[in-house]
Amino acid sequence: MRRTMLFLPGNNAGMLANGDILGADSIILDLEDAVSPDQKDSARILVRNALKYLNYRGCEVIIRINDIETPYWEDDLEAVLPLKPDVIMPTKVSGADYIHRLAAKMTEIEEKNGMEVGKTLIIPLLETTLGIENAFEIAKADPRMAALYLGAEDYTADLRCKRTKEGTEIFYARTRLVNAARAAGIEAYDTPWTDVDDMEGLQKDTELAKALGYTGKAVINPRHVDVVNAVFSPTEAEINYAKEVFAAIEEGKRLGKGAVSLRGKMIDKPIVERARQVLENARAIYGGEF
Amino acid sequence: MSKLINSIEEAIRVTGLKDGMTISFHHHLRNGDYVLNMVVDAIAKAGIKDITINASSIHEVHAPLVDHIKSGVVTGLECNYMGAAVGKEISRGIMKKPVIFRTHGGRPSDIMTGKSHIDVAFIAAPTSDDMGNCTGKIGKSACGSLGYAFSDAEKADKVVVITDNLVPYPLTDFSIPEIYVDYVVSVDKIGDPKGIVSGTTKITRDPVGLKIARYAVECIQASGLLKDGFSFQTGAGGASLAAAAYLKDIMVRDNIKGSYVMGGITGYMVDMLNAGCFEAILDVQCFDLKAVESIRTNPKHREVSGSQYASPTAKSCAVDGLDVVILGATEIDMDFNVNVHTDSNGYIMGGSGGHSDTAAGAKMAMIVAPLVRARVPIVTKKVQCITTPGSTIDVLVTQRGIAVNPARQDLIEKFKAAKLPVVTIEELYDKAMEIVGNYQPVELGDRVVAEVVYRDGTVIDRIRQVIE
Repeated sequence: MRRTMLFLPGNNAGMLANGDILGADSIILDLEDAVSPDQKDSARILVRNALKYLNYRGCEVIIRINDIETPYWEDDLEAVLPLKPDVIMPTKVSGADYIHRLAAKMTEIEEKNGMEVGKTLIIPLLETTLGIENAFEIAKADPRMAALYLGAEDYTADLRCKRTKEGTEIFYARTRLVNAARAAGIEAYDTPWTDVDDMEGLQKDTELAKALGYTGKAVINPRHVDVVNAVFSPTEAEINYAKEVFAAIEEGKRLGKGAVSLRGKMIDKPIVERARQVLENARAIYGGEF
Repeated sequence: MSKLINSIEEAIRVTGLKDGMTISFHHHLRNGDYVLNMVVDAIAKAGIKDITINASSIHEVHAPLVDHIKSGVVTGLECNYMGAAVGKEISRGIMKKPVIFRTHGGRPSDIMTGKSHIDVAFIAAPTSDDMGNCTGKIGKSACGSLGYAFSDAEKADKVVVITDNLVPYPLTDFSIPEIYVDYVVSVDKIGDPKGIVSGTTKITRDPVGLKIARYAVECIQASGLLKDGFSFQTGAGGASLAAAAYLKDIMVRDNIKGSYVMGGITGYMVDMLNAGCFEAILDVQCFDLKAVESIRTNPKHREVSGSQYASPTAKSCAVDGLDVVILGATEIDMDFNVNVHTDSNGYIMGGSGGHSDTAAGAKMAMIVAPLVRARVPIVTKKVQCITTPGSTIDVLVTQRGIAVNPARQDLIEKFKAAKLPVVTIEELYDKAMEIVGNYQPVELGDRVVAEVVYRDGTVIDRIRQVIE
């Protein structure tokens, strides 16, 4: 479950030290855009030491590495991968080749360090028009692929249009990306909301992403975490409905019925699957039994 | 008849100030105060030595005191708070006699009961008439409340009001009445408005501070104390103020009508009053312009004396009716003892102020602090200096968990029921050590540079010289 993926600058020791208490399901320790070229090496050391010495309890750690076209990405991987981060996030991914190269390098480092191969997953940032067109190929490029993540700022620049709060210009990218991810059986995460103080806009934008099929969103400010978490958390009504689904199935079994219906609607496989996921998320978020 | 005299020099002469005497000051002009320095400079010029200064607080602006101490003009210092500028020098051992630290309640208590005797009180007043009816609510150097000066006015042998806004007699909305005042001096400026009050006090945007504030408010909710009649004090520091902002949202949402709010008053407290969260502000000290404006215009915003705020020997005082107080700490130890006197290197940089008074009075005294500040953990095996005894502290809120004093099993149960992240203070210590590791303790000498007098008059701790 990654309702929120919170970006933290890889060169900010204070933020790194407190990354796990900000309420995000995942934190992205950023070696790319947040770090200027003259600080790439120090940020790399800082992030490596954070992974080594800090215990990010109950919080997934994602490392955003530099673009494969820069001189930094291999050093980034060599520094952080041996410390077993949960996920590597490559940027500006435009085709499956990129993932092949990255995965091969990850495997090489894992083998060299005597680590289990394939444990660290990949969530690429798709932020080019070509990347959006190739979304499905990218999504199924490697078994490490856990999700696709849309980056709308660079994407709209590539598209040569203005990024707006309404987001009409990224509607195609949003739907194409989520469709590709689902077709490949992986998750889809939405682009961050960039106006730090506009909480109402954040709420609306997140609700739109959820309505389109997204299950999480990147955030660039800790103050956005709660709003996004709330939108992607199952509601009480959803939890109750999910419980009813399983109760109805149990009841059907007891009565020896082949097909079971609830509130006048047949319970089919997708409904069961969704109910299972709702209860699983509810357990992860609220604790206890559902 | 007029009590107006020409100068501070004349005041020194006519009050009969001489070697060995004690003079007093209030700190309502905070870091903008000119009066203490002007008076002590004049005393030095007059050739008077061996003076004890009893001031409610010493701020950075009072750094010139260091030279007066070195030259023997000032040989005794008594206060409730001392900023780092003078504090560091005191910690280095520049003064023979130890500084006496009291609390905001202990000081007026000792003055009113005659334990501390003041020969001459110099009272900075943003507005006064020529008979000494004076106030802090108006004037170019307005500071709002003059609460800490009330006891000095009442009990000092001689009282000199120093103002930069002399108005015709009678000033009707006075805080301190003429009956206590011997002389009035008019000067160009009693202070720098920029240092007296802040323009606007801002809530922290630091996500760690906000997280701590959120937890603090959840604790208050879980405690069961947040209901109609709720009384509250919080500091003006980052997380404390953020907690007040969160609390306001909840009180407005749930239509909770509190009773009173206290402390260093900021615009946020005023907003809470105006939003109907509280019936009254009891104000012993204003911190910003909005608070000054409010105390001037809103009868529900009441100026109170230091005694009424916190004196343990007054027939009653407001801290005893507090439900919740949110306080800061530089260190807290396994017994919940809190230090707000010294910094991580052992130098004096603070003091109780109302810390120990409110902790003793409130039903739930909470410390809010990040577990690690820069390289230093907040939770430690033993504090360098006990400002406030752990027996009066109920809860420590950090971003990595909430530790409850084991004496408060009731709170532990309530917090756990509310699914708050309750941990032991030992666990918090271990977590801090995981991050920062062990570090070398500060080396302190044997010589005592300050005595910390608890509000009941006992010496609760002694601060030792720092070896450099």
